[in-house]
Amino acid sequence: MSTNTDTVLKLGEAEHRRELRSYYWGFAGAVVLTAFSFLAALWQPFGPFVAYCGLGAFAVAQIIVHFRCFLHLDLTRQKREDLQLLLFTFLIIAIMIAGTVWILGSLMDRMM
Amino acid sequence: MTSMTSMTSTVADPGVDASRPLHPGLNLGPAHGAAHRDAEMVVFGFWVFLMSDLVTFAMFFAIYATAIDATAGGPGNAAITDLASIAMQTGALLASSLVFGLGTVAMKYNEGRAKVVGLLLASLALGLVFLGLEIRDFMHAAEIGAVPMRSGYLSAYWALVGLHGLHVAVGSLLIVAMVAQIGVFGLRADVKSRILRLGLYWHFLDVIWVGIITVIFLPGAFA
Amino acid sequence: MNESFLFGRLSLSDFEPLKIFHNPDLSTAIGSIASWIVIVGVVAVLGLLTVKRWWGPLFTQWLNTTDHKKIGIMYLAFAGIMFTRGVLEGVVMRAHLMTSYEKGFLSSEHFAELFSTHGTIMIFFVLMPALIGLMNLLVPLQIGARDVAFPKLNQISLGFTVVGGMLIMISLVIGGFETGGWTAYPPFTGATFQPGPGPDYWVWAIGLSGVGSLLSGLNFAVTIYKMRCPGMTFMRMPLFTWTALCTSILLIFALPPLTAVTLMQALDRYLDFHFFTNDLGGNMMNYANMFWMFGHPEVYILILPAFGIYSEISQTFSGKVLYGYVSLVAATMAIAVLSFTVWLHHFFTMGQSSAINAAFGIATMLIAIPTGVKVYVWIATLWRGRVRLRTPIVYLAGFIVFFVIGGYTGVMLANPTINFAVHNSQFVVAHFHNVLLPGSLFAILAAIYTWFPKFFGFRLDETWSLRTAYLFVAGFAVTFLPLYALGLMGYPRRSPAFDDPAFIPYVVVSFVGALILVSALTSFFVTFLVSVRHRDELAVPGGDPWDGWTLEWASPAPVPEWNFAVIPQVSSRHAFGIEKMSGQAFQFDIDRIEPVDLPAKSYIGLAIAVFGTMMGFALVFWIWWLAALSLLVMVGYGIALGFLPDRPIRISAEEIARVERRWIEAARSENLTRREDEVSPTNHGYAAPIAGARA
Repeated sequence: MSTNTDTVLKLGEAEHRRELRSYYWGFAGAVVLTAFSFLAALWQPFGPFVAYCGLGAFAVAQIIVHFRCFLHLDLTRQKREDLQLLLFTFLIIAIMIAGTVWILGSLMDRMM
Repeated sequence: MTSMTSMTSTVADPGVDASRPLHPGLNLGPAHGAAHRDAEMVVFGFWVFLMSDLVTFAMFFAIYATAIDATAGGPGNAAITDLASIAMQTGALLASSLVFGLGTVAMKYNEGRAKVVGLLLASLALGLVFLGLEIRDFMHAAEIGAVPMRSGYLSAYWALVGLHGLHVAVGSLLIVAMVAQIGVFGLRADVKSRILRLGLYWHFLDVIWVGIITVIFLPGAFA
Repeated sequence: MNESFLFGRLSLSDFEPLKIFHNPDLSTAIGSIASWIVIVGVVAVLGLLTVKRWWGPLFTQWLNTTDHKKIGIMYLAFAGIMFTRGVLEGVVMRAHLMTSYEKGFLSSEHFAELFSTHGTIMIFFVLMPALIGLMNLLVPLQIGARDVAFPKLNQISLGFTVVGGMLIMISLVIGGFETGGWTAYPPFTGATFQPGPGPDYWVWAIGLSGVGSLLSGLNFAVTIYKMRCPGMTFMRMPLFTWTALCTSILLIFALPPLTAVTLMQALDRYLDFHFFTNDLGGNMMNYANMFWMFGHPEVYILILPAFGIYSEISQTFSGKVLYGYVSLVAATMAIAVLSFTVWLHHFFTMGQSSAINAAFGIATMLIAIPTGVKVYVWIATLWRGRVRLRTPIVYLAGFIVFFVIGGYTGVMLANPTINFAVHNSQFVVAHFHNVLLPGSLFAILAAIYTWFPKFFGFRLDETWSLRTAYLFVAGFAVTFLPLYALGLMGYPRRSPAFDDPAFIPYVVVSFVGALILVSALTSFFVTFLVSVRHRDELAVPGGDPWDGWTLEWASPAPVPEWNFAVIPQVSSRHAFGIEKMSGQAFQFDIDRIEPVDLPAKSYIGLAIAVFGTMMGFALVFWIWWLAALSLLVMVGYGIALGFLPDRPIRISAEEIARVERRWIEAARSENLTRREDEVSPTNHGYAAPIAGARA
């Protein structure tokens, strides 16, 4: 009985450490990626276009870090519907934003 | 030895199943019993709300994207953005999120009410630092004439940044409410579940903020 | 403008009822009389409540209830009141248009106000609440649950919906509504062109009720995802529940653009922002774009649950399993996703490049494919079934014939080149009435007939129901089909007058149709009066008057508060039907009955309705202290909910067993009703299954 409790406690400790690590790593990743973004914007070592692309890439990476480490979403263990819902949301947002930029961009072009 | 193996296998099988996360964000785990099981539905509901809120923010981002050139001769984002302040705001928000996360972990592992409340209050303080800095930036913008009534661009700018700020303010109010609930009820099952959801909200606001610095503030450095 | 601290910009000249005493013209007098009708109606209701001593029961059994069935009934009652106003406005408009060769009897302003309120009411405060009401009534029962996921939130949703309806009713009495149509496009509805209260009523009515709809969507999505009874896999869910799920997802993702757009419009109007103004970088095309990102999915929010209802009644009233369950589910999901990709077809003529128009035109036409699949599914279900010509089948037949016409004209409108020609004409008016009436409204009426006995314990009178159905179908056809011709002849929509005498015969026919619709509405209300009077002959305590096969029929009528004595366990799509066929229905298992905890009662929904209305009204008239106070009360109540005790209501196992036993013993002793007798007084709601009729 005592061994059983011990195992459970040990499992709990491992999980505890893992979860704390997740937050610390998430924070570190977020800080580093934000710093990269700022540096890319301020220095622009390879010209503005590359810097813009860099900003986008760092932002996507940081958002993934946030979802992984703070919101605890992942591809394996998670109940599927949360992730599906998130991906569906991204799909809807992509349709809406891309559509808006396309439509309004075209309107502006044609008014020039 | 043999008994040990058999025990772990029988314990481990349902054990693995029970420790499977039920919802996004930190899970309380089977040790919390009903509080853990009951969280599945409410946290899923809250997750649905966050997804909907994400679309609301997306609309403000879309409007911002279409209004970038609509400055009507008024100030653009290069004139209003103070990157040092933005860096501090980002730091405050990220640190606040980390501290909140640590608070929920402390709650999960029963490290005592005082520690949970302390971490929540630290998180609140950092959130207020963020809000203070943001308000200072807004006031500065108003001083140089970059008010939302000046142009379509500034309307979109104020609305998007302001909407995020409003969310942070509401979150701060809710942290106060949760600290009060811990004070009145202790870490009761429903209080724990609410703190988990507030945590999701607080971390979610970071994701929006990443979008905001990438779309609004950092491109200001290009001009 | 005169402003005071206490009353904001509200002044006596805003009160419509007083205008009739100021020597008014006919148009003003009509508006004033309408406001008097509202006042007299409110006084009459208050008087009735007092005379009948219904205040107590109203507060203790209805306004504080968290029971999904009662909330659903309140949604439907609310929709019924708004529907009456909407229909009457429609008739006034048709009467005006009949006389509007060169000049009608209404002022242009008044006419514009009428089509704006008519559209806003019919979409936001009739079809939406009616369908959400039906979802409330049916979804938990169909998936074998005791309530929705968040009963208190459900009440809050209803509260917000009622706020919108109240504001639009108040606008009839104080201040008037906006004149820019239900879409309220700025800059016409902006502060420059309409500084008065009208557009503000629109903003707050739509914005606040939108919050309610969003929360409903959230609630039902979670309910369907997480509260299905054991064995109820997704592919075993009844079709109405499937469409409710897709509708909920649409609500969750389509309402945010509406919230955003109303918020921005409010900022423009109140704080002088420049989102949609003419000057300083505002861009009204952003409004059209964002409004229709909501508006198009909204169309499917109104139609998908209706498709679910038609699926249910086509199988129930033909005694045959739905032909093509899987294809219908797939078609529903396809429509739900596609509905997010077509919004531009509402503004093909705004000036974007033809490539964009072509892309959205093609996407729009694609929707016809899954919709066509559905129409074939319903026809195939009726094919060689034992169709009983009850009221729902009349609606279904009207739906299939007319909806196909509406769908075809939709495909025509989806073609940008045709759209340029008929854009903003009566053709468009004909098209959307053609899809919304046979599509959405007929389904709601058919659903009320079908499920009314389940919740009130007695059927609706068959003769009057049939009369109502025929009148609605005929009234629709006579009113709206002529508008197609008018549109093609070049009559623009929303035009208060015309100068081509060739239009006259069509507007006269259309007015006659409107009169038929009024008689249909009257007949609809008479149906209830007659049925209530004969409720003893029409009683169906067994709860299964139509030989239904899904779980909502597996309980007595009216449904007890706890829905099911024991949470059911299902192993097929037609759980109750198969039980009845195999003689396993009505088994009494007292050992499995346990006490049930029902969600606690609450007044949060009522508080939202009252203080939300006060806040909306205060904002419309710039009464800032009242707005702030109301908001404070709502937020305070919301926070206080976390501190108030939340004790569920416990129903004892004995009580549940007593009700269950009475139901089951009656089922054993009753003569089971054969289908040919289902509208006779012998139908007590215990159905004899049709042997061998199932697929």
